[in-house]
Amino acid sequence: MKRSSTILTIVLILGLLLAGCGGNPPTEKPPEPAAPTQVESSVPAQEQPTTPPQPKEVTVVIGFTSSLTGAQEVSSKRQVNGLNLWMQQVNDAGGIKLSDGTVVKFKAVTYDDESNKERVQELYTRLITEDKADFLISPYSSGLTAAASIIAEQNGKIMITAGAAEDDAYKTGNTSLFQLYTPGSQYLLSTVDMLKTLDPSAKIAIVHENDKFSTAVVEGLKPYLAEQGFEVVLEEGYASDTTDFGPIINKIVDSGATVLLGGGHYPDGSTFARQLYERKAGLKFISLLVAPADSKFPELGEAALGIATSSQWELSATHTPEEAAALGKEFYGPTGQEFAVAYETMTGDKPTYHVAGGYTAGLILQKAIEEADSVDPEEVRTALEAMDIFTFWGGVKFDISTEAHGLQVGHDMVVAQWQKNEVGELKRLVIWPADVATIQPLYPIPSP
Amino acid sequence: MQQLNLLLTSLPDGLLLGFVYGLAAMGLTLIWGVMNVINLSHGPIITLGMFSTFFIYTRLGLNPYIGVLPIALVGLLLGILIYTAAVHRVINGPHLSSLLATFSVNMIIIGLGTAALTTSPYNVDFSAGSFKLGNATILGTRIIAAIVTLAFTGGLYLFLYRTRPGKFIRAVANNRAAAELMGVPSTRILALSFGIGTMLAAVAGGLIATFFPFSILSGSGYELKSFVIGVLGGLGNPIGALFGGLILGILEGIIPAFIESSWVPVIEFVLFIFILLVRPSGLFGAKK
Repeated sequence: MKRSSTILTIVLILGLLLAGCGGNPPTEKPPEPAAPTQVESSVPAQEQPTTPPQPKEVTVVIGFTSSLTGAQEVSSKRQVNGLNLWMQQVNDAGGIKLSDGTVVKFKAVTYDDESNKERVQELYTRLITEDKADFLISPYSSGLTAAASIIAEQNGKIMITAGAAEDDAYKTGNTSLFQLYTPGSQYLLSTVDMLKTLDPSAKIAIVHENDKFSTAVVEGLKPYLAEQGFEVVLEEGYASDTTDFGPIINKIVDSGATVLLGGGHYPDGSTFARQLYERKAGLKFISLLVAPADSKFPELGEAALGIATSSQWELSATHTPEEAAALGKEFYGPTGQEFAVAYETMTGDKPTYHVAGGYTAGLILQKAIEEADSVDPEEVRTALEAMDIFTFWGGVKFDISTEAHGLQVGHDMVVAQWQKNEVGELKRLVIWPADVATIQPLYPIPSP
Repeated sequence: MQQLNLLLTSLPDGLLLGFVYGLAAMGLTLIWGVMNVINLSHGPIITLGMFSTFFIYTRLGLNPYIGVLPIALVGLLLGILIYTAAVHRVINGPHLSSLLATFSVNMIIIGLGTAALTTSPYNVDFSAGSFKLGNATILGTRIIAAIVTLAFTGGLYLFLYRTRPGKFIRAVANNRAAAELMGVPSTRILALSFGIGTMLAAVAGGLIATFFPFSILSGSGYELKSFVIGVLGGLGNPIGALFGGLILGILEGIIPAFIESSWVPVIEFVLFIFILLVRPSGLFGAKK
């Protein structure tokens, strides 16, 4: 008897120890969740009939991929930061309130696309079929967006395309894509207008990355240069992974060009700018796509001085309610200053146009849901098609013709250039159009 | 006339760049020559060399060329470590085993590098000046890199032909079994050879970082060039690799004078296939 009680005691102690270790066996009944009735019972009985009904809350899933790795990493992360800021602000403010009392909040589902087109298609399929995304935001870059847009269109999902300026995707009968950026074919037209006033006899070299976006920009640029009477002395494409621009720079110098227009994305553009400086190419003006619009660009030091870029948005030339009023359009969302302060508070970094694009992509979706007074995709699509507003980003209006459905037609570019301020710091300043310019163009750029 | 002028302008540039390509390829071809291993971790090692220069210059504030010797030493030790951990056990297995082993090392380095450094581009904002030679602009960084390459090539030659471990390496490369019978410690010699191969790759990466911006993924392009150069110079012939590098550098310099630069890789790889077909031992012969 004594022996069996000792064994029982040991078993009990072991059992207690095992229980204390948290090793619940699978068959053990899980702890019961707090019953909803407990909350209700705490409310006095006489107050129950007067309690207003709780508003219905709907969580809208926004699906997108971001390039956490690969060639598009720098710009893509900024775009996603902008989108996240918008989502955080709208959710913190209590969501969007529809007329039937429904509160709409947003949830992001995102994956790393590794800057890879095949991965983009796989992930957007997953976002739609498994994660049940209600609306989509594009990845960064025209190439990745073209891949994602096929999946969005096949599944009839609305996709706001940010960070993608190439025109072609909107000219193939798609009806689910809505482009935020000024189309690539118009990217450098403001720069040409500026050159026309600065130096109508400039000789132009067009040297660009051989990718969808840069090629679309050049295709739009060439007829406009011819129309404005400029002589193009060199046109050359280069592979996206080009690191040695020496032979190309030799060709530019040899061609007698005085102005270089081109580039592509951040990695190649920053490399190109550095080598142009090292090799003393002696050009009067250099405008590169994308790279000079990034806040990392001045890491190039003196090589950044004088390099210009076409920018979708600049804080120093942000669009204002007064501008919207003058055009007779509604101004929607925060001002550029409010947006910039919020972004700097969140990240400690100044916003670039990539950030502003990501934020505005969310903002116009918010506006469309408010106008539709619904999260029903068809009603939101109708609201987007009717949209003609102004935000700090500028105008937002979509082509709704069958030839170019979703193409952005309301937004204009500015030209910005890296110049030194009075204390010798490199700053990206708006030089064109003249009515929003904050400084005169540095022309010709100083020789190294 | 204009194209001849452009060709003469681009030639020195390509030639100087070719020295560094040759140095990188020397490491790959040495490893192949001694142990018949295609080292697929070659690219990431080049990238590690690039980042070493970046940290030496930007974080320690030192001249990037001061870092060449520490980079060489770390590259040597890293190579010995990779050989011991990943290659030694499969060295007598089929080629696919060693190929997969070094590919795994490749993925590990890229994965760790991506986690620590992201895939953002990095830039060593260093200038060693430049001067004009006719119409060509010669960059100081490329001149110094060519001199460092020549120093390492000379050092490798002396090591292989004038020192006991170097002679052991050549003996193992010729016939490992016979060398072992003569008392050559083949395991240590193989580890040393792998170490020297990675050392050369790391130093090449360190020098390339002074020319071009880079990211953790940049090494793969130079690895591919190293394969082309290895075939040009003769796989297994480190000195031939230097000449292969010069040929590739010159081609990269002069081809864009005549056609669009995006054709350069096409021509390089057509040449690669052509040499494999008509002269598989390379232009400068390979190990027997």
